[in-house]
Amino acid sequence: MSDDQDDIILAELDDEELVQQMFDDLYDGLKEEIEEGVQILLDRGWEPYKVLTEALVGGMTIVGHDFRDGILFVPEVLLAANAMKGGMAILKPLLAATGAPRMGSMVIGTVKGDIHDIGKNLVSMMMEGAGFEVVDLGINNPVENYLEALEEHKPDILGMSALLTTTMPYMKVVIDTMIEQGLRDDYIVLVGGAPLNEEFGKAIGADAYCRDAAVAVETAKEYVARKHNQMSA
Amino acid sequence: MQLPDDSTLTTDGLETDSPTGRVLLLACGALAREILDLIKLNNWSHMDLTCLPAIFHIHPEKIAPAVQEAVKKHRENYEQILVAYADCGTGGILEQTCNELGVEMIAGPHCYSFFEGNDRFAEISEDEFTAFYLTDFLVRQFDAFVWKPMGLDRHPELRDMYFGNYEKLVYQAQTEDQALTAKAQECAERLGLAFERRFTGYGDLATALGKY
Repeated sequence: MSDDQDDIILAELDDEELVQQMFDDLYDGLKEEIEEGVQILLDRGWEPYKVLTEALVGGMTIVGHDFRDGILFVPEVLLAANAMKGGMAILKPLLAATGAPRMGSMVIGTVKGDIHDIGKNLVSMMMEGAGFEVVDLGINNPVENYLEALEEHKPDILGMSALLTTTMPYMKVVIDTMIEQGLRDDYIVLVGGAPLNEEFGKAIGADAYCRDAAVAVETAKEYVARKHNQMSA
Repeated sequence: MQLPDDSTLTTDGLETDSPTGRVLLLACGALAREILDLIKLNNWSHMDLTCLPAIFHIHPEKIAPAVQEAVKKHRENYEQILVAYADCGTGGILEQTCNELGVEMIAGPHCYSFFEGNDRFAEISEDEFTAFYLTDFLVRQFDAFVWKPMGLDRHPELRDMYFGNYEKLVYQAQTEDQALTAKAQECAERLGLAFERRFTGYGDLATALGKY
């Protein structure tokens, strides 16, 4: 985004300029600069949650929009995510210690027979950034892994990911098993992955198909708020 | 029919000559060489070939609309059209399109499957889902289909984010070609994967075409 990175000394920028610069640095996938920016904001007394939401999530939201609009592509998003990961690594222990607001919780994993996790990892990271507690089961998960994790963690949301047209039908196996065991209505089920679409999500009985990580976060917030409203009604 | 070079097949596909056969094969550009070999080998003089750009392999959303357009363009000149694609990442949309158009396509999830033989591929896929497959064409066009679109030419550090969960590269060889095998092995090394060469020949592609 900017061509004069060498001339900018992050510590000399005021807060607003620094956050804007961090947006640029995230966009350009500059991990070290993001780590430095996070540390500067913390040193200036910013709450970890504020650094996370205003600097990192704010920057990744721009990246997400430009990915959706075809301006950025997967490699650039991965670099940006890698930079955000660097910042998150600094913030995570501090967030736990300072009791950041908790939006809800999610168990997420790539389905059986599928080893693709780029999209899932992006969703995990953005969900954490949005204040969700995320339990990531990794790749190649048979139905038993999902059920055990639901039993153990009692999350609000189950997220499933698949990249292959040959593995995406396995999501229905998981949902059907949840129905058989009388568990389906206890959880919000969100699904995603390149070959999926809204029609597929509906056909297999998921609550929603999420086109990308940003949509996943918005959908999760909406469904969790609805669930909490229902519970308190 | 003159075979264009791989770069042309990747970006432009292949226009058929003036129609001479009664069957048109509407194929992925990545299959052009193999299909022309089969036509020659079997003396299938009743077949013409036209190809869509092979680069649709990494943009599967473009396949069904392009197939639809091509079938409409060519159908009055042929008794039959075979769409020489498998599902190829379209998630059933290509099959739906072919059904609506009243044309047949090749069974299976993708070319790796029908080269291996769909039945055998289904058998081994449960144990081999950590394999990354390349065909003859994809070995020759590795940079255009893998390295550059994934940004690895600009950001090699992303390699393990893409391929960290893969274990081996399986080169499904359609032909005996030592130079191509060496290139496939080099591709595996660049991706940090173990290498396996498996001669498949034309697999179910030959059977599917033979029915016409």
